[in-house]
Amino acid sequence: MAYFIQQLVNGITLGSIYGLIAIGYTMVYGIIGMINFAHGEIYMIGAFLSVLTFTMLGVTGVTWIPLALIMVLLVAMLFTSAYGWAVERVAYRPLRGSHRLAALISAIGMSLALQNYVLLTQGPGVKAIQPIIRGGISLYERGNFTVTLSYVQIFIILLTVVLMAIFATLIARTALGRAQRACEQDRGMATLLGINVDRTISLTFVMGAMLAAVAGLMVTLYYGVIDFFMGFVAGLKAFTAAVLGGIGSLPGAMLGGMLLGLVEAFWAGYFSVEYKDVASFGILVLVLIFMPTGLLGRPDIEKV
Amino acid sequence: MTINELLRVEHLTMRFGGLVAISDLSFSAAQGEITAIIGPNGAGKTTVFNCLTGFYKPTVGRLTFTVQGKQPVYLERMDGFRIARAGIGRTFQNIRLFPAMSVLENLIVAQHNELMRASLFSVAGLLGLSRYYDAENEAIELAKKWLDRIGLISDADRQAGELPYGDQRRLEIARAMCSKPALLCLDEPAAGLNRNESGALNELLRDIRDTQGIGILLIEHDMSVVMNISDHIVVLDYGQKISDGFPTVVRHDPRVIRAYLGEEEDYDVDAVQPGLPC
Amino acid sequence: MTAVFTAFKEAGLASLVAFLLALPLIGFRTNTTGTGLNFEFRWEALVVSVVIVFVGRCVLTSTRGLWQQSRLHLPSFGYLRSVIDRRRVSFAVIVVLVALLFPFMPEVDRRAIDLATLVLIYVMLGWGLNIVVGLAGLLDLGYVAFYAVGAYTFALLGTVYDWSFWGCLPIAGAVAAMFGVLLGYPVLRLRGDYLAIVTLGFGEIIRVVLTNWVALSGGPNGIAGIPRPTLFGLEFTRRTREGHSFHEYFDLPFSGDHRITFLYYVILILALVTNVFVLRIRKLPIGRAWEALREDEIACRSLGINPVNTKLSAFALGAMFGGLAGAFFASRNGFISPESFTFIESAIILSIVVLGGMGSQIGIVLAAAALILLPEALREFSEYRMLVFGLAMVLVMLWRPRGLLAHRKPTLTLYPSGSRTLK
Repeated sequence: MAYFIQQLVNGITLGSIYGLIAIGYTMVYGIIGMINFAHGEIYMIGAFLSVLTFTMLGVTGVTWIPLALIMVLLVAMLFTSAYGWAVERVAYRPLRGSHRLAALISAIGMSLALQNYVLLTQGPGVKAIQPIIRGGISLYERGNFTVTLSYVQIFIILLTVVLMAIFATLIARTALGRAQRACEQDRGMATLLGINVDRTISLTFVMGAMLAAVAGLMVTLYYGVIDFFMGFVAGLKAFTAAVLGGIGSLPGAMLGGMLLGLVEAFWAGYFSVEYKDVASFGILVLVLIFMPTGLLGRPDIEKV
Repeated sequence: MTINELLRVEHLTMRFGGLVAISDLSFSAAQGEITAIIGPNGAGKTTVFNCLTGFYKPTVGRLTFTVQGKQPVYLERMDGFRIARAGIGRTFQNIRLFPAMSVLENLIVAQHNELMRASLFSVAGLLGLSRYYDAENEAIELAKKWLDRIGLISDADRQAGELPYGDQRRLEIARAMCSKPALLCLDEPAAGLNRNESGALNELLRDIRDTQGIGILLIEHDMSVVMNISDHIVVLDYGQKISDGFPTVVRHDPRVIRAYLGEEEDYDVDAVQPGLPC
Repeated sequence: MTAVFTAFKEAGLASLVAFLLALPLIGFRTNTTGTGLNFEFRWEALVVSVVIVFVGRCVLTSTRGLWQQSRLHLPSFGYLRSVIDRRRVSFAVIVVLVALLFPFMPEVDRRAIDLATLVLIYVMLGWGLNIVVGLAGLLDLGYVAFYAVGAYTFALLGTVYDWSFWGCLPIAGAVAAMFGVLLGYPVLRLRGDYLAIVTLGFGEIIRVVLTNWVALSGGPNGIAGIPRPTLFGLEFTRRTREGHSFHEYFDLPFSGDHRITFLYYVILILALVTNVFVLRIRKLPIGRAWEALREDEIACRSLGINPVNTKLSAFALGAMFGGLAGAFFASRNGFISPESFTFIESAIILSIVVLGGMGSQIGIVLAAAALILLPEALREFSEYRMLVFGLAMVLVMLWRPRGLLAHRKPTLTLYPSGSRTLK
């Protein structure tokens, strides 16, 4: 039971990270119908920026942790979103309107390029930082096993909840959110109604990149180790999460992320760590076969 | 003359969630006749077609399809491609050709199943056996016959997607005919055609009925097409059948007039100019 | 004057963005030290990258007309295409002849033959995947899985049971095709992008299994000592345990080049078989059904074509050629490990198909040559090669989204080309 609770806590933490990345996939897919293959790399860049900023703050002597966290958050979000914006502008926008595969290949190329760009500029080794947020709460003790909810986990889960709330409001209440939903439905009509479609799509990428940056920060805090290749598998899993939740649906992405995090944590906890990726992809396949629109996706009625 | 019943629809009902698209519809279509299904927008006409051709599974109902000399088959639980193999061909409201393929290829693909059998699932073709080439030549001959008939023989090698709209409509009918159906279902074949083209379409459909001996089931908005060529009309409104019979009977049926023109009783469909979309 | 001003303005904006992007990742670098991380500031690199973007943007703006024009009608490609169209047979004969004589041409050394062998592996993989992606329109991002299945099938049969390459080749193809059916059956009803991701997932699953199922696959250490192909039983070694080796039988001095050349011919034949197969099947009912399915699945159903079986046949045949190429790869290298079967491989193969122009057989040859030789040519800058490779993928797509040689020829025609009178 204690072990179960521990895995539950771990799973929710991991799920928050997946969920935040998944939102980037689901928003982009919703609005331009393409898999932004480079999104995992954007998350990786977010993690590198977090590590860099933490290092710089450490050297310049900013030691008050809340201030450091806020500064890292802002820096990582700002620069990562610049990358998100640039990727869309350079690699995707000129291909809007040509066939789907072209955009996908371009995205795969971008993903390779970004990976190797970071490899070149930051070096191949892993970067490890000291734990920033230490300690935690013991929830439950049984024999020699203690269930701990670490402060990092609390921070990650709380930040996710706050961001989701801000985000939901943004999409539901603001002009930008309306423009996004309009572009999702019918881009041509949205243009006719005076919506700046290019800008809306750019902003979608920027928002996705910001959330990915936050996820990058979280993973830095949680594991303390990053490398240039981390974006690939994380991106794949986040996409799985987006599909699981029903692609195009924001709550779905979060739900999918949570489920995937839980499945992975329990699988790793009870079966085998080596095959945890197999479990995630197995879930993806099963969901797609039996529930192709995902958990919260719109039903996809075949138009004849 | 005995009329061979080709298709019998009994108590067909289709619900999408809470929406009842068709409720308790029964009618039949006969061999050698053109049966038209008409009705105002949203009456459920295309839904009937989609149930018949396996794209939707009806909520309730029995759809019996009997080709002369064969066992009856029940369409309501069959896959779309099996229904097509049983002998129902169809066209679509928004044309669905294979746009990047040539006109001729479109007609050859329609004969896929026969060619697959002749080529032993392509193995004979891969080995270059003559039995496949004979079958392919036959398929080309049939395609040429239909291209001649719809006047597109000189466009045989063009990309189907490049053809003008009206030609695409006719090509889609020819493609359905190349699959040798016993019942041809046409979803608004005259939509978007000009007066000349729709006249030619009438000719083509009558010709198919008279020379091929098959049944035609037709959804149409264009009254001039419907009244001119149908042998039998079924009128739908809000998913229910409100009239069924010969064109002359249907056009004077007060319920039909009400469905099309509202409650004012003085109008007669005759007063509506033929060709107006009703 | 205004044009120059606009160009500078645009270049200025671009370099501003570049500065913003480069500042954290190029300008700063974190280094691991004994006590943790520290960082360095590299202002030279930062300045250089901003200047490069500025100049690059200026050049791009001033040559924009050229770029647009080359996108639409690139003279050399147009010429090449018309040559290919008009003299299909003789062109194909020339290409095959050049390929056959390649090892004996002057200036062609061992390394060149080896490289050509590698290119041919990818040509074969490209032609195989072309069945799935180009003809049937099914987006497969996990093609490498079948390549791996073929390679491991042969590696296991060859090392455990001592089976020969030629005996195992059909088995490897069949096993890969079987995997294609098993993996394809549940997922082929999915829409394009979902299919792409699921196949990607399958590719990863197979790699993870190969890495972790040590008892079967040797895990990350892979399998070594895989038998080489033989020429009717003749081995290409200095000495054999029994029987003859190639050089003894023909009374030649031993040379390692014989094996390299022989391997080249083996893959050349395998690739040509693939090519003939694809060209032929495209003109058969099943091939036309694949293309029709790519164009409109709903119309196909209304014509009595079983979509699942038809897609499955494309998937299985594509997988089969992947498996054959995999068996050859294992045999050529003599050693395989899961590292050879990563997602990058799938991405490269898919890029070859798409760059080649989706369905163009000769385009795939060009694309394979370009994509495999480019990293080789950049070997001196080996650090930059994958970066350049990725950027090149993006650039080529921006330049020609439909691929290098996108052009579909009908599978059968009523009229001789260009005329409207019946044959």
